[in-house]
Amino acid sequence: MLLNQFLILAAFLFSLGVYGLLVRRNVVLVLLAVELMLNAVNINLIAFESVLRSSEAVGQVFSIFVITVAAAEVGIGLAIVLMIFRNRASANVDEFSLMRW
Amino acid sequence: MSLLFSVAPDEIHFTDGGLLAQNAGVLLVLPFLAFLLIIFFGRRMKYLGAEFAIGAMALGWVYAVALLVLNITRGVAREVHFEIGRIGALGGEPLVFELGWVVDGLSTMMFVVVTTISLLVFIYAVGYMRGDVRVTWFFAALSLFAGSMLVLVGAPNLVQLIIGWEGVGLASYLLIGHYWEKKENSSAAMKAFYVNKVADIGLILGAVILGITVGTFRITEVLAAAEAGLAALGPVAVAAGLLVFFGAMGKSAQFPLHVWLPDAMAGPTPVSALMHAATMVTAGVYLVARMFPFYETLAADARGWILWIGAATLFITGLIALVQDDIKRVLAYSTVSQLGYMVAALGAGGYAAGLFHLWTHAFFKALLFLGAGSVIHAVHSNNMSDMGGLRQHMPVTYRTFVVGSLALAGIPPLAGFFSKDEILASFNHAGATTVLWLGVAAAFVTAFYTFRMVFLTFHGNYLGHGHPHESPRVMTGPLVALAVGAVAAGWVNIPGIYTGFHHWVEVREVFRPEAAPASFDLLALIPGVVAGVLGIVLAYLVFNPERPLQAQRDRLEIPLLYPLLRRKYFLDDLYWHGIVAPIKGPLARGVDWINTYVIDGIVNGAAGLSLALSRFVYRGLDQAGIDGLIGGISAAADATGSSLRRMQSGRVQQYATGFVVGALVLVLGIVVFR
Repeated sequence: MLLNQFLILAAFLFSLGVYGLLVRRNVVLVLLAVELMLNAVNINLIAFESVLRSSEAVGQVFSIFVITVAAAEVGIGLAIVLMIFRNRASANVDEFSLMRW
Repeated sequence: MSLLFSVAPDEIHFTDGGLLAQNAGVLLVLPFLAFLLIIFFGRRMKYLGAEFAIGAMALGWVYAVALLVLNITRGVAREVHFEIGRIGALGGEPLVFELGWVVDGLSTMMFVVVTTISLLVFIYAVGYMRGDVRVTWFFAALSLFAGSMLVLVGAPNLVQLIIGWEGVGLASYLLIGHYWEKKENSSAAMKAFYVNKVADIGLILGAVILGITVGTFRITEVLAAAEAGLAALGPVAVAAGLLVFFGAMGKSAQFPLHVWLPDAMAGPTPVSALMHAATMVTAGVYLVARMFPFYETLAADARGWILWIGAATLFITGLIALVQDDIKRVLAYSTVSQLGYMVAALGAGGYAAGLFHLWTHAFFKALLFLGAGSVIHAVHSNNMSDMGGLRQHMPVTYRTFVVGSLALAGIPPLAGFFSKDEILASFNHAGATTVLWLGVAAAFVTAFYTFRMVFLTFHGNYLGHGHPHESPRVMTGPLVALAVGAVAAGWVNIPGIYTGFHHWVEVREVFRPEAAPASFDLLALIPGVVAGVLGIVLAYLVFNPERPLQAQRDRLEIPLLYPLLRRKYFLDDLYWHGIVAPIKGPLARGVDWINTYVIDGIVNGAAGLSLALSRFVYRGLDQAGIDGLIGGISAAADATGSSLRRMQSGRVQQYATGFVVGALVLVLGIVVFR
């Protein structure tokens, strides 16, 4: 069965994303790490779908949804990053601590 | 003597009086309505509220006369009751308090007297009080006075009777003290109130004894119980009878409680007229008459007291009138003396005789008072030493005054003759020969002082200042009307010819048949008339001669008697030094001491206690307790908040770390513990 290999790949990609999310300082790279995590989930969905073969193709439909949401998220995220960059001339996450007590 | 008397029929036939008697309460309420209207709207009216008082009294008079006519033609005995409350269960039966009205011969006669005299006095007062202070209030109090008296005489039970009784006392206090700016006037008002109040205690105690013993306050039922000889009533009957009579002594100014009435002359003259003729002093006589069957049966032993108190009053107080200079005081003592006649007649068993004198006396005494008021109005003085020779200046007043005086002296065929004769006859019939001769002697004294007053006031030379003038028609009108009454009021009861008055006042639920004279009692008649004529003649001889000074004309000073009479038997001094002063001094000091140390102590203690309590509440409960609690809660919230807010660093990756760690813990938890 090929499922295990897919799950391992997805877990690897997800862990990579978490690592990037927590460790990277560049906002753009943080966003990319989030995309990695989303796509790891997509791989999981497709893999399980190919095994379970539900009549409505739930896994595939969900992965389409996730891709859509991810696109929207990246669009908004990059727009915010762009605005902050214009104001601050920096893309360092550590400097974006404006929203605090 | 029994040949001269025929006993009235045992059965008295009466009806319930129909709608007229059913609604007689209107009569009792009208003056109070007038009182309220005067209080609220009187000042805006043209005659300052007098029109309300007169209007109400005129309506009442029409109603009373209608009742009288109904009573004469048919005979009415009707009681209407409204329950207002009840207390306890004394012997199984609760004691019921009621208001209502009674329409029978006695109350109808009183309604007519009260409304007639009140109406004429009210009209007279419009002229007399013109330009006076507090005219509106005066008429309001007059209405209250007449209304209270109507409540009293219309009372079917002892409770309402006491309510009216006290209302009369209150209104008289207000009116006697009308010119309260002068100390002696307000003192006179207080004296009247106190003396009456002392007597009222007797009435209230008597009423309570009767009410509790019989189980009801309804006078008819009390009388019926006395008639039936109720066993429980027997032992207390005489005591209750004497107590009730003690109350009557105060209101009807019987010796030795008469001292307030002459001082009550401090009020305006219309008040004196009203008080002496209709609304106040007759209340005691009315009360004894109302309770008459009771005094005839179980409380018969009290009647001796009534007879002798009346006899003492009629003789003793008549003498004082001989030496008075104040014209109103002469009349006041005369009233006391005449009330003595009425009370003595009731004591002697002459029920109709006493009431008949009340009826005629109301007319001629009101006439004399209003005439005296007319004189006072003209010369601005109460003293006869400032008068004299007013005959030419005030013809109407003079003529009517002489008519009233003749009636008072008991000269036939005027009103006073018939009633005084009937009273003397009732003494004779009762076998009270001593009282009969006392009465004859007093009749002589009455005629003497009455015509002393007439001669000193209207004959001789004018000794006052200014120019006297006849009073306006609004004042002389009532004088003429009352003069007609003083002449004709006696004709309703002429022995042997027409004895209608007997039948009017005998129509009652409970009544003891009474001897009615079939013809004149000559043994009483002749001495009475002779005494009256002699008194007038003697007064003419002593006081009429033209002398330059009143003081010279007024010299009739019998050595021992004169100072005694001048000081009114030292009764006032006795009361003052014997009762008022001992009570006033130590009592006042005692009350002051109690006030300073006990009551003030209690008040200050209570204040200090509440101060300490409120201080404790403020500091202990409010500040420390409630404020501390609320402050503590907010402080705790503040501390937690300020320590927790540090978690919100604004660093996204810190949040993400926490999120991931949290998710891992969750997943681990699920894997390990499921």
